[in-house]
This record gives sequence, structure tokens and C-alpha cells, in this order.
Amino acid sequence: MAGAMPPSFIRNNKMERSITSYSLLHDNKVIVNGRIIFYQENIIKFADFLKTVFKQEQLAYPKFYKMDTLSKLGFLAAELVLKEKSIEGYRPEAVGVVLSNSSSSLDTDVAHNETIRDRASYFPSPSVFVYTLPNIVIGEVCIKNKIKGENAFLISETFNGRLLCEYVNELFNNERVEACLCGWVEVMGNSCQAMVALVEKLAPGPDGINGSFKPLLFNEQNLNLLMKHN
Amino acid sequence: MADGMKPVYILTDNLITSLGFTTSEHTFALERGVIGVKSTNDPELYPTPVQLSKVNTEQLELKFAEVLQQVKNRAPAASFTRLEKMFIVSVHEALKGSNVAPSNPRTLLVISTTKGNINLLEDRNKALFSHKRLYLWELGKVIRNFFEFENQPVIISNACISGIVALMTASRLVQSGAYDHAVVTGGDIATEFVISGFQSFQALSPNPCKPFDLNRTGLSLGEGCGTIVISKYPDPAATSQVIIAGASTSNDANHISGPSRTGEELSGAIQDALKQGGLNAGDISYISAHGTATSFNDEMESKAFELSGLAHVPVNSFKGYWGHTLGAAGIVESVAAISSLRNNILYYSAGFETLGVTAPLNVISENRPANLSACIKTASGFGGCNAAILYQKQ
Repeated sequence: MAGAMPPSFIRNNKMERSITSYSLLHDNKVIVNGRIIFYQENIIKFADFLKTVFKQEQLAYPKFYKMDTLSKLGFLAAELVLKEKSIEGYRPEAVGVVLSNSSSSLDTDVAHNETIRDRASYFPSPSVFVYTLPNIVIGEVCIKNKIKGENAFLISETFNGRLLCEYVNELFNNERVEACLCGWVEVMGNSCQAMVALVEKLAPGPDGINGSFKPLLFNEQNLNLLMKHN
Repeated sequence: MADGMKPVYILTDNLITSLGFTTSEHTFALERGVIGVKSTNDPELYPTPVQLSKVNTEQLELKFAEVLQQVKNRAPAASFTRLEKMFIVSVHEALKGSNVAPSNPRTLLVISTTKGNINLLEDRNKALFSHKRLYLWELGKVIRNFFEFENQPVIISNACISGIVALMTASRLVQSGAYDHAVVTGGDIATEFVISGFQSFQALSPNPCKPFDLNRTGLSLGEGCGTIVISKYPDPAATSQVIIAGASTSNDANHISGPSRTGEELSGAIQDALKQGGLNAGDISYISAHGTATSFNDEMESKAFELSGLAHVPVNSFKGYWGHTLGAAGIVESVAAISSLRNNILYYSAGFETLGVTAPLNVISENRPANLSACIKTASGFGGCNAAILYQKQ
């Protein structure tokens, strides 16, 4: 963000925040905390790929199959993060979710539009229409994990690590959250990309807390690095 | 204000709905009880007549032409979509009265919308604009470029709480010192896309909506655009200052298309906003509710207000006048609520006759003067999201 930071910002910033767990899903590969947990050579349909990962990870949750692709992607990314680092110790109100993408819900918007293109066969459906909002994926993540804190969905042409970092830091600075899921969930056509990170008030490594994974300092640079890792 | 929090001042605003193109045209209409929601028979929007509040197209074109005349080297009017024209007229009007410059690197633009230019998916519009225009960041670019904003805009799309999230985000970024000023604008238009979707939910009322009323039968859609200019500096010319004293969001974690059964989560957001402002429920003199007039929303809101200790506070919903403006609603209704605060007037909650929610509520039954000092504005939306923002008069 432009401009000098006031003293209060610097003081608050001394409280260290770390990415304590993260997941990356991109087209045919899934990485969790630095480990490749899934790879598939040829992807025919992205939705099928997500289902395969869902089954491999034994995430029993029937509602998953009702979700649109964006929600499936974000839900899966969040589940993989939280499988590694639980947020059960936090009050529901103290956990936030801030996600972002480029296409909003355009993939599902096109699907809803198909149901109303022809007045002779007009069949708009609430089960499709409800997913024509990008923040529904936040709702799905919140329902599954009983998260009741701050939530926001931001749109930018490409990943904006600076804004996301600033947004989440403000939530911590103002004591709005004690933990926050944040990241990027993008679906358009047959291309998908997700990066979801759990941010907590913890000093970054050297002491790994999840086996070999060492928490990363939560900053713009590290968010951008995670995105490139895709 | 809570300790250490810096106030964020409301400088100027603008409001565009079926009732007019400026904030003062709206207060004029509200004082006279004009209802903008009407039965609309437009086969291009929906096969059968629907209750709708539509911005007047001829007037919008005239206003936009006036704006174009005042700026140099601009593209022709036909190169802007209906929604972009609404945004540009609204931002232009709001900036006029302020000394905030878009070119100032200390000025931020924040935009809220649910569906942006979604009507460009329609076959008849496909040839008129590039596919790229469907992307919300492209809509942001059009507005940014028109006014030559120095900074890339922040774009919020968070269902029906988008407008409040935009105001909250802007005020936090001003409070943190990242920016000195912010232009916060929200807009959404009436489209077949949205009308058919709400109709499939059977959520649309056959008559103009009646928030909190016993005989409410669903919501009415509306199109609108609102803009609020905020700053770390007060308006030197104003006799009284209105500040954003707090804001918060929450999630029900219950259902993606139905609100909380208890209202606890919206109440949590309200109480957080009060805490940030250093105020108690007893300090609140007015509530501008979301009040969509669906059975479940209004019921949930009444419970949330009771849980927050606000059951006695005069409350209204502006949706009876100009319908549910979706991603614009938080800003559109904030402009009207701030006008109430400044002018010390409580407006009748249009459509309300008999209380139809289980928790007690003090719904405003006629326009009346009142000494107003602080207002809570709420919103809730699909995805289980809730938001509350606190305005205070100094």
C-alpha cells in the first residue's frame, strides 16, 4: 500500500504472524506444506480431478458433491490446510476467511445463464444460482469448520499478495481475528488454481510444528512465492 | 471511539436509484413517501411482469452525457455499459463536493458489486462489448481510467454485504494510515440473470416488498449505485461531522442460502462494531436494517437486534422504497441512513403495517423528526455472511 505507515502499525507488526499450513492446487498437482500429495498426468475434467483428490484424502462430507467447481476447489484447499493444522482451539468468532480471485463466479454464471438463454426451455435452478456469488465458497468452508469470524472476497486481475497481506494484517492488528485462512481460488473453464494459507500468531520456524514443516513468516513476499510454486 | 482508534470522516456522497440521481432528490422523495418499486413488464428482463425498482434510462443517459461534456478526451457514451454509466455518474457527483482528487496517490478507490456487467452474457449484448468486460476487475479499470485514479481499485464481491465490506475495508485502510482518502462506490443493475435466479428461489414478492410486516411475501429487486467519499480529515465546511466509528463482518456457519436461526452471528457483528466505537446499545438512536422482506431474513434480524439490546431502537428498511440493490445495498442504504443522521429525521419503513416477526422491534411507522446521534446499519447475504457498520455524529 502507498504511503508511510503510522507508528501504531509498526508497533502492532512486531507481533509475529506465520503461515502455519498451506495447500496449493493447480490443474494436476496438489502440494500441502511443501509435499506433493497428488499428481495426475492427464486431466480430462477438473471437477473429476477434485473428486479424486477428495476421495484419496478420505474427506467424508457428502455436501461436497453438491458444490460448484469453485466451492469444491476452495473447500478442498481449506480442508487440506486444516488437516495439517487444526483450528479447533480457537473460538469460532476469532477465525477469519479472506479469499480472492480473478473471475469471481463466472464459471457458474455461464452455467446459470445457459438455463435462461432459451425462453422455450427455461429452467433456472436455485441449486445453480446460489453458487453465482464468489463468497459462497467462504460459506462452505465456514459451515464445515464452524468458522464464524470476519469474511471477505476480493477480486483482482492477478494475485495481489500485497492487498491480501494488508487486509489480513489489519484483521490481526485490530484484534478482529486470532487465526485466518487466506488465499486465491480461481476457476475458469478447465483451468483451476488454489493457494490457501492458514495464518496464526506464531513466530516463524526454525521449530517445525507439523513434522518437517516450518512455519513461514506471513508477508507479501512469501504469499507471492507460494503462488509461483504452483 | 475506542482508545487509539482514529476517526474516519464521511465527506460527501451520492445516491442513484429509481427515486433520483442525487442524495437530496432521495431525501425529497423519502419525505413524500414516494415508492420506486413498481410492476414492470419488460420482456427483455423477464418473461412475465415483476416488481422492480429501475433507474430511469433516459435520465441516466442525460446525466452521463453531462458528465462526458465536463471531461475531455473521453470515449463515446456507447462504449460504456449501463452499470458503468451509473458508477461514473455517481462517483462524479460525489467527488464534486469534496476536495479529494483521484490522482492523489493517497486516495483509494473501493468498488462493490455482486454481478457487475453480467448482462453482457446475454446473446444480444455479446456483440456490443468484449468478453473481458464481464470481469469485475475490468469494470474497475473502466472506472479507474475514467477518473484517472492513481491507485489500482480494491474490488469487493461478497454477496449482499459487499457494500458494507467495501466501506469497512476503506475505513480500515484509512485508519491504518495506508491512505488518507477513499472513494467507496457500489452498484448493481437489474438483469434477467438475477431476476430469474431469485424467482427460482421463489423469493420475489408479487407486490412491492413489505419489510418486517406480517404480510410480507418476499423481496423486490432494485438497481442502484451509491458513493461515499471518506477521509482522515474532517470536512471544514460541515456543521456536524459523521464518522465511521466501527464495522465488522461475521459468518453464520449454518447454510449457504438461509440465514442463522438465532441471529447470534449478526448480533456478534453489531456488538463488535459498537465495541470498536466505544459505544453501548443505549447510545444507538437508529437502525438501518437489511430488511429484505423475506420471511427468514427479517425474522433473523429481529432476533439479532434483540440479542444486541436494540429491540427498542427505531428501525427501518429502505428496501420498500427502491428494492434490494444487492452489492450496492450497503452503500446505497448507508447514504440514506447518514442523511437521516445529519438531518435528524426518521423515515417510515415503507410497506410496514403490522409487526410480523417474533422478536420485539420498533419499526418506524411514519416520518418524524428525532435527535439522532449514532446509527447501526446491517446487512446479511448468501454464503451466511453478516455485516454491521456504525455511524456516529460528532
